[in-house]
Amino acid sequence: MARILIIGGGGAGLVSALSAQKSGAEVMVVSKTVPTRSQTSMAQGGMNAVLGGEDTIARHIEETLRSGAGLGEEERIAFLCENAPDAVRWCNLLGLPFSCDAEGEIARRRLGGASAPRACHAQDYTGLKLLHTLYDQCLKAGIAFRNERFLLNLIVDHEENRVVGATFLDIASGEVEEIRADAVILATGGYGAIYGKHSTNAVGSSGDGLAAAVRAGAKLADMEFIQFHPTALKNSSILISESARGAGGYLVDEQGDRFTDELAPRDVVARAIHDEISKSGGVYLDIRHLGEEFINHELPQERKLARIYEGVDPVNDLIPIKPSAHYSMGGIEVNEACMSSVKGLFAVGECANHKTHGANRLGGNSLLELVVFGRHCGAKAAEYGAKNPASSSSNPQLAKDTNFVRGVMYFTNQIDFYQKQEMLANIFYNNVGLVRDDMGLKAVLGAIRQMQKELPFMGPRDKSKVCNTNLVEFIEFGNKIELAEIIVVSAISRVESRGAHYRVDAPVRNDRMFGAHTVTWKEEGVLCADFME
Amino acid sequence: MNILVKRSGNEEAQTYTPDVDNTTLLAALNHIKTKIDPTLTYAHGCRSGVCGSCAVRVNGREVLMCEYKVQEGDLVEPIRNARVIRDLIVDSSDIERFNRTAKAWSEGSKEERVSEEEASRIETQSDCILCTSCYSACPVYAINPDFIGPFALTRVWRYVNDARETQSTEKIAAVQTNGIWDCTLCGECVPVCPQNIAPKQDITMLRMKSAMMGYQDPNAAMAFGGGLDFGGGSF
Repeated sequence: MARILIIGGGGAGLVSALSAQKSGAEVMVVSKTVPTRSQTSMAQGGMNAVLGGEDTIARHIEETLRSGAGLGEEERIAFLCENAPDAVRWCNLLGLPFSCDAEGEIARRRLGGASAPRACHAQDYTGLKLLHTLYDQCLKAGIAFRNERFLLNLIVDHEENRVVGATFLDIASGEVEEIRADAVILATGGYGAIYGKHSTNAVGSSGDGLAAAVRAGAKLADMEFIQFHPTALKNSSILISESARGAGGYLVDEQGDRFTDELAPRDVVARAIHDEISKSGGVYLDIRHLGEEFINHELPQERKLARIYEGVDPVNDLIPIKPSAHYSMGGIEVNEACMSSVKGLFAVGECANHKTHGANRLGGNSLLELVVFGRHCGAKAAEYGAKNPASSSSNPQLAKDTNFVRGVMYFTNQIDFYQKQEMLANIFYNNVGLVRDDMGLKAVLGAIRQMQKELPFMGPRDKSKVCNTNLVEFIEFGNKIELAEIIVVSAISRVESRGAHYRVDAPVRNDRMFGAHTVTWKEEGVLCADFME
Repeated sequence: MNILVKRSGNEEAQTYTPDVDNTTLLAALNHIKTKIDPTLTYAHGCRSGVCGSCAVRVNGREVLMCEYKVQEGDLVEPIRNARVIRDLIVDSSDIERFNRTAKAWSEGSKEERVSEEEASRIETQSDCILCTSCYSACPVYAINPDFIGPFALTRVWRYVNDARETQSTEKIAAVQTNGIWDCTLCGECVPVCPQNIAPKQDITMLRMKSAMMGYQDPNAAMAFGGGLDFGGGSF
């Protein structure tokens, strides 16, 4: 029986787990938190699927492709959209409590960039309810969980370019352990937390899986593409779902006047808001005209969040907003079978680049992606593992990582990494955000290289072996720095504007030179980048 | 502002004085950890009340740190009924244990249309974020550490009451022992739920459903002393 190790207990990890087990594999899910605490719980808007009516799958494909601005691949997008109705039916059969319309059909709402109401939802708790439904099904299936394990590195047989397992820090005990497997699926989520307080993401979205993958020799693709959600709360960057605009909410300036099409794709709306804020100082979301009853029923979470974090009641008040880093389009480069450039290493969900979102993701396509590709990836990994059992020969990775965790305690701590982390978040938001230019990017690259040199002079100040979250946060910071360099190098290389990547010094899309994926990898620790079809 | 935190290995609460005002408890602890004391240990995730990581007790009452506005002199403690791993972090393994024991999942779902009304009747219960505030507030654990408890029982009712569910007999059977009848209906779990779920009501509904399916409250039989067997049986 193939042993499949799944790293990450969010939606993508749990769907893959169910699928791999159904394909006959022995599955273990290892997560740095309790699975229901994953980032997926924060997804609000819905899951796109064409379920009849006037809408067509061809339109779903076309709109996803258009939003991707030339970097989405038609075949994979077709796979995503054609499998969407079945994905929604599958979730329904698992018990996901979708909202229903008056006819008893699964309720759908229109999100930005879509020509029809297509996002199947469970109020504004779609991600939460999907994640919990999946978790319950995993318990039913008897899937083994190892929670509160922090991924350190993948174990790779370099001769064969073949993954054979991974090493983890057991956070509670402080011990380093290895788990061997015939195939490994990374489902570790995105890297939005690099933007710190300017991101809608959970604090743990530090790209640990991507950083481990690149250290293991895997390729990443399109890392410069980071989606900014148009409407996060101004002070906390907490997300206000696109469904608020889908339901008819307005974006207004300081004078209360509308200034843009609220339902254009996210990159367009986010830049319009950015420009308006630069011009007049503030932008607000106005949903007052939707009425208290509608808000309570359809947008209960938004009302609660606006009250707690901004001190305003959307029934009576304007909601102050700003665009915030929201979704990582870039990720581990994978083929049609979701396998990376390292044999046996699969990736799925936000940490992967399935080439479906291209340069800009459509709202409602990320939950869809994790279900469609999760089912596919689990089956493919199980198949690969069954055909290619990994050898259990000895590997130095566990010893190396054990030494690292011991050694990091002796780092000198002359420099406070929390301070550097905050600085990284601010310079990323300002210079690697919605609007970029060569000079600004190069300044950030200089700062990142400096931080890389300074890492040994930072380190955890907490010396406890047991449950050392200061240590975990320091390693997360290391991962952020590793990826930050790759993101900025990719952004410098792409001297054009496309989707979420907007360069004021090259505002036009240039297909002839840059109509390709930015592929990055490391050779002997040196970062390499190239544009590849 | 002064905030008192009960830390592991220390009987007395530690006082911190972060320079914060009008903010959430989580923001205050983040300030302490990054600027004052990196050894202070707590769990957090989404910052927006949906991941369920950051439940603690403030002045004896369960709250989510990310939703609670911190006040001068607040005493912060870990939630109850779970082993403290360090400071405000507790062992979370009971989430899996009780949900597994209760078989809190869909056994099979039919793909028929459900009305808006039918869909809405499990809306509240499926809002649960598994923060375990209810479990911390529950007094039954003092007597019975194996009590399936409020969050898992609400979850069972969420599936039993789902119009699409085809199989609820096993779930009802699973909550008879250490389950619905062990609850004292004291209602402590209700006001602490950040999602306005009322596990006590859900447990009451499960009792009614169980009675309809022929199960009996074992405590009711015991209340008569169980000594007189007028039904015949073996004298």
